[in-house]
Amino acid sequence: MKIVVLVKQVPDTAEERKLELATGQLDREAGDNVIDEINERALESALRIKDANKGTEVVAMTMGPDDAAQALRKALSMGADSGVHILDDSLNGADTHRTAATLAAALRATGFDVVLAGNESTDGRAGVVPAMVAEYLRLPLLGSLISADVTDDAVRGVRQGEGGTLNVHAGLPAILTVTERFPEARFPNFKGILTAKRKPVTTLSVAELDIPASRSRTVVVSTAERAPRAAGRKLIDDGSAASELAEFLVANRLV
Amino acid sequence: MFELTEDQQAVVEMVRDFATTAIAPHAAEWDETKHFPVDVLKEAGTLGMGGIYVREEFGGSGLTRTDAALIFEELSKADPTIAAYISIHNMVVWMIDAFGNDEQRARWVPQLASMEALGSYCLTEPGAGSDAAALSTKAVLDGDSYVLNGTKQFISGAGVSSIYVVMARTADTGSQGITAIVVPAEAPGLSFGPNEKKMGWNAQPTRQVIFEDVRVPVANRLGEEGSGFGIAMKGLNGGRVNMGACSVGGGQAALDKSIAYLKSRSAFGGPLINQQSLLFDIADMDTELETARTLILRAADALDRGAPDTVRLCAMAKRVATDAGFNVANKAIQLHGGYGYLSEYGLEKIARDLRVHQILEGSNEIMRLIVGRLAVGA
Repeated sequence: MKIVVLVKQVPDTAEERKLELATGQLDREAGDNVIDEINERALESALRIKDANKGTEVVAMTMGPDDAAQALRKALSMGADSGVHILDDSLNGADTHRTAATLAAALRATGFDVVLAGNESTDGRAGVVPAMVAEYLRLPLLGSLISADVTDDAVRGVRQGEGGTLNVHAGLPAILTVTERFPEARFPNFKGILTAKRKPVTTLSVAELDIPASRSRTVVVSTAERAPRAAGRKLIDDGSAASELAEFLVANRLV
Repeated sequence: MFELTEDQQAVVEMVRDFATTAIAPHAAEWDETKHFPVDVLKEAGTLGMGGIYVREEFGGSGLTRTDAALIFEELSKADPTIAAYISIHNMVVWMIDAFGNDEQRARWVPQLASMEALGSYCLTEPGAGSDAAALSTKAVLDGDSYVLNGTKQFISGAGVSSIYVVMARTADTGSQGITAIVVPAEAPGLSFGPNEKKMGWNAQPTRQVIFEDVRVPVANRLGEEGSGFGIAMKGLNGGRVNMGACSVGGGQAALDKSIAYLKSRSAFGGPLINQQSLLFDIADMDTELETARTLILRAADALDRGAPDTVRLCAMAKRVATDAGFNVANKAIQLHGGYGYLSEYGLEKIARDLRVHQILEGSNEIMRLIVGRLAVGA
């Protein structure tokens, strides 16, 4: 079985994250860039399938600038067999639609039985790219799963909805997205770290992919910094603080 | 030498992730309850930390001494006690890998490198510490066995470890009459003293190891008869660098806490960090640690290259780094005022743990003896 895990390099959520106001794009210099944690969980579930069945091939795929190779390297050190890096300046600032079209073309070129992805990135947070990829590939999407069981020709999973859970299943090939209910990722071991750079990474440009020369369909009109947080209101207790606090909670629908 | 390679950066990053999630949150509790976290050590083993600079053939990680120094510093930021035990374990595995024959390596290295089995190093005796060549535990050849009698003192991991590398006397010829012998925990006649009550290093057991007519096959001997003292000294060169790296890590953690504290604590109308005398303290601590780190990396590099001045550099590095680590931790307590004295702030533990690094793997007085003798050609 061949599993492709989609990984995205994002700014470390533990540090300050910034947008470049002029371009509306992410300031990649603002802090450390790391593989998104939800993608690590997706990779972990792929690696567990591989642990149980040695014939499984795990490919990590990313679209991003030069530096995104670091995210692939991390995935390879954790145990992925190979990497695919979609690297092309023309993809700079691609919207979800263009990203999905590009990933779909790269997935078609790479081949797969299962695609695993995170349900939503910690930076863009659109949460639609895997669904769009599924649409481009005309494949079933099993999204926002809290568990999954992948067999040779089918996948069964449980999807968390707002009102309850859904038991979902599909034949392969299929696209799955995982949530934080999936297990935390393993640490790469020393051997994994040292062998990562010897594993094959294919770099693909847009010209090498079968995609129409599409542009992003959405345009960022303007970007603004979030207003600094205003100081909160202080209640001095002169005997009425409790009722004032209760009023505040009720007025703001906090109770 | 001083710029980390991409691989080294990735190794350090992984160890930091592991240490901050699996070790640091529990360090205070392990210290208080004297808990030796065998399960966490096993996890460290799966990541390759059981045989860091052991050849890959039988399951080692095949990294360099420089890599090991970086790893021990990172581990020690989370808990000097656990880092130090892992360093001792690594010395044991390395001894078997470096001085054992292929049969011995195949038998013991895989289980030790994975930390499925833990190792202890038995050199010191109740009556022989710095003067290790005077050790009196005897191993008498009887047919195809050695029969061991004697007592080893201050043995880390004793009672829990599965494998003991024991330096024993096979002839009354001083340092030339010492032989390294591997003793498995299940050997009849092997027993352990009570877990010692100590100032620090509470998360690893320290016991006497007692041999009463302990019989092991001659096949358990590492190297030739009489080669044990040389093996012990070579092991200690690496042990000194590793223990020094642990001191730098503990000291760095204390420094980081101090900087954060001085920035957040206000007195006399502003943050304490604005007091220039305290800023000077921070500068001294930072400089002392960086000096130590530099010398540790230089000594580790000498070990990697098998350089002729290895012994001298390892002794200097051990002395400088273990003094620096303790001084910085002690100073950090002072900078925290009364809070530094409270266990909750984690500083007194670092000082307690690092204090013993000035004593073990050759006391710092012995380090000065080594360096002094080499300096004057005596």
